[in-house]
Amino acid sequence: MTKLLLIGIKDLKLMFRDRAALILILLAPFLLTLGMGLVTGRFSGNSGSGISDIPIVIVNLDNDSLGDALVNVFNSDDLAELVEPTLSEDSEAARRLVDEDEVAAAIIIPKGFTQSVIPQNGNNAANEEVKIEFYSNPSRPTSAGIIKAILDGFMARLDEMQLSGMTSISQLIVSGRLSPQDANQAGEEMGARLQQAGNLSEATAIKLNTSTSEGEAVEFDLLSYFAPGMALMFLMYTVSYGGRSILAEKAEGTLPRLLISPTNSLQVLGGKVFGIFLTGAAQMLILIGASSLLFRLQWGDPLGVLLLVLAAVFGATGWGLLITALARTPAQIGSVGAAVMLIFAMLGGSFVSLDNLPAYVQTIGKITPNAWAMDGFTTLALGGTLSALSTPLLALLTMGILLFLVSALLFGKKNLVQK
Amino acid sequence: MPNILEAQNLVKNYDSFTAVKGISFDIKEGEIFSLLGPNGAGKTTTISMLSTLYTPTSGDATIGGHSITKEPMAVKGVIGVVPQEIALYEDLTAKENLVFWGQMYGLSGKSLNSRVDEVLEQIGLTDKAKNRVKTYSGGMKRRVNIGVGLLHKPRLLFMDEPTVGIDPQSRRAILDTVKDLNKQGMTVLYTTHYMEEAAELSNRVGIIDHGELIALGTQDELTKQVGETETLILHIGENEDPDALAKAVSAVEGVQKADVTDNEVSVITADAKDILAAVVTKANERGIKIRSMDIREPNLEAVFLHLTGRALRD
Ligand SMILES: Nc1ncnc2c1ncn2[C@@H]1O[C@H](COP(=O)(O)OP(=O)(O)OP(=O)(O)O)[C@@H](O)[C@H]1O
Ligand SMILES: [Mg+2]
Repeated sequence: MTKLLLIGIKDLKLMFRDRAALILILLAPFLLTLGMGLVTGRFSGNSGSGISDIPIVIVNLDNDSLGDALVNVFNSDDLAELVEPTLSEDSEAARRLVDEDEVAAAIIIPKGFTQSVIPQNGNNAANEEVKIEFYSNPSRPTSAGIIKAILDGFMARLDEMQLSGMTSISQLIVSGRLSPQDANQAGEEMGARLQQAGNLSEATAIKLNTSTSEGEAVEFDLLSYFAPGMALMFLMYTVSYGGRSILAEKAEGTLPRLLISPTNSLQVLGGKVFGIFLTGAAQMLILIGASSLLFRLQWGDPLGVLLLVLAAVFGATGWGLLITALARTPAQIGSVGAAVMLIFAMLGGSFVSLDNLPAYVQTIGKITPNAWAMDGFTTLALGGTLSALSTPLLALLTMGILLFLVSALLFGKKNLVQK
Repeated sequence: MPNILEAQNLVKNYDSFTAVKGISFDIKEGEIFSLLGPNGAGKTTTISMLSTLYTPTSGDATIGGHSITKEPMAVKGVIGVVPQEIALYEDLTAKENLVFWGQMYGLSGKSLNSRVDEVLEQIGLTDKAKNRVKTYSGGMKRRVNIGVGLLHKPRLLFMDEPTVGIDPQSRRAILDTVKDLNKQGMTVLYTTHYMEEAAELSNRVGIIDHGELIALGTQDELTKQVGETETLILHIGENEDPDALAKAVSAVEGVQKADVTDNEVSVITADAKDILAAVVTKANERGIKIRSMDIREPNLEAVFLHLTGRALRD
């Protein structure tokens, strides 16, 4: 076991001494992320965005101050580029639009929503829970995630006001210092306040300035999309580089030399695989660390990020091994690896959000670790926690295990000793 | 002395090609045993089987009493291997290489560190220990390559052509190291295609050609096979026909054998002085100009020539 670890650590060390490799695994993704940030105006504070005009449908059955306020939020100038809302009266029809993939999400504001928050005419309506329904389109996780984040921002503001402002309103009513009629007006004021631009941009934060944001609002930073996209793309390079080193060590004689030392072949191969895993994890964590520090990018729940990184590297390592098991020469792995890196980046949504790609591409994309990990990173960046990660984590682990098994079978047939 | 290695009928096929055709020999504890043979003779293949890297197609060997096919792990502990091709991590320093390989041989902690320092001293690279191997000259790399094989103080050391392609000084240093190691009690299996190296180092020599062991014994025993003979080497110009000369010279009385190698004709005879005049006359009759002549005492080269009709070096 110790020898396995030592071989892996040796490979990590070698990777960090290979300047050409370092440029590709660390510098390239970093610069591309930086470039994307500049192109999209991430650093000038503009909200030019790769994702725009997200179609949604809003059904406002409430028709009262708060329901209207929410509709206005989505119709505001701030979100004009990002969201394209349509209004509907029919909640069934709205859900159907989602099912048919016409829109990214449906928001259904039920009747009596405002009343449930603000007691009117002396009724204490808070007894009955009236909830806004968010009906999202699973094939557009990113877009739906953004809409959900805006909605959550609105609700968070509402909760805040209900605690501070509204409890005092209800108290005023109870104590008789405020008439129920006035309470109604107070509710409208509150709705108006909710729409205020200041609140809104903080709540939705498409302007992405984390350093000045004071609110607890959920933000979606476009770099939260590009940074993992680029890191995952070059993670595929790292795993094929690692696979390449297995065949290179064979050709250079260090692999045979390992095999004639008192180390069994399982330890040797295990060590090589561990080296690939270790290098990939180091690469991802360095990139994540650098973008957090330099771009002030929020990746989300640290434990979630760590687990997702490990799972993604595991899945990607499986692919690296499969490529190695199928290739004959180190050079072959190099070219196949580069092709796989680009194809997976496209299929996995590293360049273009999968939401904008046809459904069949999205389905094919599921074979890539990139797609699942992007899914997970988006969830985390939008404030999701560990529990929301179970699907991508499970998918990546399953992918890794399957690929390890297939590669092991192929490796068994391939003689690692003789030329 | 007991045998530390006993090889019985080792055979190795690469697909349909048989590289080693049933080799048997013993190595005694404490000796230097050389396998002498030209390129492609099967030296590396034999070493690869003995070091448990390749499984023999048939046959077996015991090393320190352990079968190479049935107890490879036990064998690995007894042997150290210096492969023909340098097998090191070029982006690690010499010291890092030695530490890593020492760990692979189960060394750790203080004993690893002191052993690494000892070996660095032994291969004369203490000063350059912190430089990456890729910055080293060929000779220095060869020395690190040897150092790796010594780390765990093996009882039996395999050295596969450790002096190939290096300058005379480095070669001298390596040959001296081998002798030192042997004096300290290490048994050595040394392969080479240089007759001089085998002659200088070995107690016993096995001559290998085309996958077969064609002669085996001490140098005295081997040279006696050639008989009380000398070799007369005739050097001729590039435009001359060596085959014609060989044929002509064969007819001279007292010539046992005349073979062609490149632009030379090697003539085996009981006493070279006796035939000199006749040989020159024959050459003149055929109009072949002899540029120069050498007389050689019987040596391993002559043995090889005697047995195969070819020179050791091609
Ligand atoms: N992996 C292999 N596959 C097929 N043939 C091989 C392989 N390795 C060696 N051979 C062949 O087997 C024969 C013996 O090779 P080997 O390397 O054992 O010779 P050697 O005595 O070590 O030669 P050299 O002095 O050149 O190192 C050669 O003809 C070689 O071409
Ligand atoms: Mg060889």
